[in-house]
Amino acid sequence: MSESAASPAAVAALPAAPRARRRASFRATFGITVLLLMSGAALLAPQLAPWDPARQMLLKRLRPPAWQERGLREHPLGTDHLGRDILSRILHGGRISLGVGLSAVTLSALIGVTLGLLAGFHGGRTDTAIMRIVDVFLAIPYILLAMGVVFALGPSLLNVILVMAATRWVQFARIVRADVLSIREREFVSGARAGNRGLRLLLRHVLPNALTPIIVVATLELAFMIIYESALSFLGLGVQPPTPTWGWMLADGRNYIGTAWWLATFPGLAIMLTVLAVNLLGDWLRDTLDPRLTVA
Amino acid sequence: MLAYVGRRLLQSLFVLLGVSVIVFGLLHLTGDPTRLLLPLEAREEDVRQLRALLGLDDPLLVQYARFLSRAIRGDFGLSFKHQVPALTLILQTLPATLQLTAAGLGLALVVAVPAGILAALRRNSVLDAVCSVGVLLGQAMPVYWLGLLLILVFAVELGWFPAAGRDGLASLVLPATTLGAFSMARIARMARSGMLEVLAQDYVRTARAAGLRAFVVTYKYALKNAAIPLVTIVGLEFGILLGGAVITETLFAWPGVGRLAVDAIFSRDYPLVQAIVAMLATLFVLINLVVDLVYLYLDPRIVYVRSAR
Repeated sequence: MSESAASPAAVAALPAAPRARRRASFRATFGITVLLLMSGAALLAPQLAPWDPARQMLLKRLRPPAWQERGLREHPLGTDHLGRDILSRILHGGRISLGVGLSAVTLSALIGVTLGLLAGFHGGRTDTAIMRIVDVFLAIPYILLAMGVVFALGPSLLNVILVMAATRWVQFARIVRADVLSIREREFVSGARAGNRGLRLLLRHVLPNALTPIIVVATLELAFMIIYESALSFLGLGVQPPTPTWGWMLADGRNYIGTAWWLATFPGLAIMLTVLAVNLLGDWLRDTLDPRLTVA
Repeated sequence: MLAYVGRRLLQSLFVLLGVSVIVFGLLHLTGDPTRLLLPLEAREEDVRQLRALLGLDDPLLVQYARFLSRAIRGDFGLSFKHQVPALTLILQTLPATLQLTAAGLGLALVVAVPAGILAALRRNSVLDAVCSVGVLLGQAMPVYWLGLLLILVFAVELGWFPAAGRDGLASLVLPATTLGAFSMARIARMARSGMLEVLAQDYVRTARAAGLRAFVVTYKYALKNAAIPLVTIVGLEFGILLGGAVITETLFAWPGVGRLAVDAIFSRDYPLVQAIVAMLATLFVLINLVVDLVYLYLDPRIVYVRSAR
């Protein structure tokens, strides 16, 4: 114990040690590789998938993965309770997960960044009003709100995206506001104020300087949205069948958890790998672009 | 200080008012709530009668005022499905949810805080590596998938714990682990980075230079200061967990507010949905109010920082 307290502090004071840096770059490489593979698989799903993901082959129901007894070579990850090919469904499900996630993040960034910019730059009453709205959205259990709204409006692809964005924009608004509060006090902004007005000043001079945290939050939010979408599907309020989604597959698998482990395991693995990759990318972006930033 | 407390109270009230607007709006989302409340094949006359009965022909503002004045008294109307006041149903199920949430958060803190601090003290050790892999996996695993895997391994295969229901402490283990896992990862990460930051502070260096023993420096000075930001996290985490309980409770058939809510949504029991959303939001606001006041006590500098804003 005698030495242990002294050494870590010394390390902490130094810039990242070579070992830590190597670890960081390994994580980034891993994250980006997995993410590229996942996106590629999702984009090319119609070409890559060996089967039609909705095709039911009732004679081959609940077959385990190929390497297990009773497994079939033409269904590497097995089949589900309706005899649909799990691998094909996972490939196609990736299109929904990534597509919905990306759309929801983009939309929520648009709302959040706009409101955050307004709040941070104008200050005063605008700021107070916007931040109180942010508090309200933070207080409401977003999953329940989303479920209530999706149920009332109907669970279409568009509604799911809209609701997800409408409940998560606060994440962007908070970080952008905080950043803009400090940016607007800097000299280049007062300089730019002389020749620019309102919107132009915001878009040309303030926004570009707030981009780093926006990119970082967007990455971490993408990971969140993928989990969020699958949670809504899991609860029965996501994008509707027969469209295969990872969340639905998990929900289906839940009923067979005692007899057919592969139904729930593989889609779960797909979600975890994707989210892990996105998170690693986000961490790396944060450390590289702005070491000061710490996002919980 | 008093001014800060006053402003913080006012702010909480304002947030609750905002919550009431959203909860009220939830019912009016589709334009005509009677369409949500009645079956699709309802007769035109029944629709008209219900409209009159619920006062839906009044101006929206009047309706909202009526809703608010009732809600303040805890009256959200009768649950359509159970024909019992919504509040009664919530109060019946709330203890189960609070128990689950407290257990999940407790578990997360008990594991994550020591793990994060040890990882910081022994930076780049094997322990640190194990810890960060755990954090990465914990943050990437969807709650319900973790729950399913736990059921598969510990309930189906090993038979150690029940897979569903609320019956004694054994039945709490799997749901609490499931619910707490994500928080565990986040708290461990924050504890580690917080501790690293404190260890690099001047006063720690000074204490060490002054010849204080390493043990004293670590546990008396550094640990105490690293603990402060964790207090705020606990408040936020609690709110997040209350929301997360929706999924965990559904998965484990845990008879709490979350499962009640999911059930209410699917049976179009809108008064109950409104009541639950309002109730959980209120709980969140209250907890964070308390946490902020505790924080104020722990770190009085905060008043000046916030006033300067």
